[in-house]
Amino acid sequence: MTTTIDEHLFRREAGRLVAALTRIFGTHNLALAEDVVQDALCRALEVWSFHGVPENPGGWLMTTAKNRALDVLRRERTARDFAPELGRLLETEWTMSPTVEGLFAQHEIEDDVLRMMFTCVSPRIAEDAQVALVLNVVSGFGASEIAHAFLSSEAAIEKRLSRAKATLAESKSLFEVAGSERIASRLDAVQRALYVLFSEGYHGAHPESAVRSDLCDEAMRLVELLARHATTATPKTHALAALMALHAARLPARLDAAGDLSPLLEQDRSRWNRELIATGVRYLEASATGDSISVYHVEAAIAAEHTTAARSEDTQWVRIVQHYDRLFEMQPTPVVALNRAIAIAQRDGPSAGLDAIDAIEGKSRLESYPFYFAAKAELERRRGNVAIARENFERALEHARNPEERRFFQSRIE
Amino acid sequence: MSEFLYVFRGGIEGGTPEQMQQQMQKWVSWMKQLGDTGNLKGGQPLEKTGRVVSQKNVTDGPYAEAKDVIGGYLLVEAKDEPHAVELSRGCPVLAVGGTVEVRPIAKM
Repeated sequence: MTTTIDEHLFRREAGRLVAALTRIFGTHNLALAEDVVQDALCRALEVWSFHGVPENPGGWLMTTAKNRALDVLRRERTARDFAPELGRLLETEWTMSPTVEGLFAQHEIEDDVLRMMFTCVSPRIAEDAQVALVLNVVSGFGASEIAHAFLSSEAAIEKRLSRAKATLAESKSLFEVAGSERIASRLDAVQRALYVLFSEGYHGAHPESAVRSDLCDEAMRLVELLARHATTATPKTHALAALMALHAARLPARLDAAGDLSPLLEQDRSRWNRELIATGVRYLEASATGDSISVYHVEAAIAAEHTTAARSEDTQWVRIVQHYDRLFEMQPTPVVALNRAIAIAQRDGPSAGLDAIDAIEGKSRLESYPFYFAAKAELERRRGNVAIARENFERALEHARNPEERRFFQSRIE
Repeated sequence: MSEFLYVFRGGIEGGTPEQMQQQMQKWVSWMKQLGDTGNLKGGQPLEKTGRVVSQKNVTDGPYAEAKDVIGGYLLVEAKDEPHAVELSRGCPVLAVGGTVEVRPIAKM
């Protein structure tokens, strides 16, 4: 009876079950929900270790958690308040079992995961804590794993999480997604948290690529959840999903056969994930239905220009510069300006690119960013200024954040 | 061939879902290996709770310290004691601080 299972089954089921149980117990009893889930996973560890993985492992975990939840409700219903909206339904045996049974239906659980995501991005919780909370509660990562992904200490993440959970416990119910007037601002916050999650995975400083792709996968799984629900499937959600898919499509080619970083224009495009590109383009089309354009739309459009060019020399730099102009209007940051300058260099040559870099306001803020020096170096090299190029690659090397970046800049110096 | 009882004690409880799944999968593949080589004869995990019965009374328990609690047992067939010890070395409980007690089954 050895079924092969999803390598992240425990983590993902943990997120789903915590959401379902919190709906029943109430947000103020999140810790109780987490205990019940932990119990169910311990049980699986004990029993499956000896008897093998059951036929329907997710169902097994759900049944175990549900039975345990019923025990808790029977034992504690006089001592504790549970979810206020379920109120009397949990008071008698007649109504309790069918109520709980109903809430464990697949589509109910999916809605609960959505509610939980919205709950985690409460405006009373700091933005960085929101992201940690989503990872912990919705995606089932432990504090140690979150700390690992964000190059932070476990104690710092523990502290951040427990403070955020104390804030959550101030209200008794999960955020109700359907029909809420506050949906728009909360949806913005959910999208932002998922964007941060994805970016951390995609551009993050973390040396281990496995960690990065886990974060990207989670962000993509959760944005798909938003895209599946009528209330949350806005054009901006689709744009965010498009941008993630189009970037993720290039992940397999970011490291070449020797494990070295490969810049976009030199990547082996046959290694790009065609299926993800198609998904991204589909989402991008779906995103074009609204009357407003978000940063996600523009970033997705840029990613689409790259991924739909068959060869790097087919890239439409004129259009890409236009997208960057627009992005810079919406988000006038030095990093956007730098990327715009790189696109200008592709369109008009290295000197024009270097002029654009020179013109970046607040470019001193880029001086800890290795790719700032790498961009200058690359353009100087193309202009034939080998010595200046070398100097800049050396500065990029000084600021490299992981071995892959270090090897990459080193190879450029040589 | 002789029979041996493996008694598992201790090992870290819990951890993150990811760690627990990995631990579970190590057990599954270790047990499969023992099964494939024909050394595994049976075994079960044990509940943490139970009763201790003596002539005078019956108490709840055993409430041993976590490291002494028996988590389960296996019945294994091996050539001799060194072989039985060798087979136990792959047990995933060892990597998380637990122990395997290897006891020959007394023969008639």
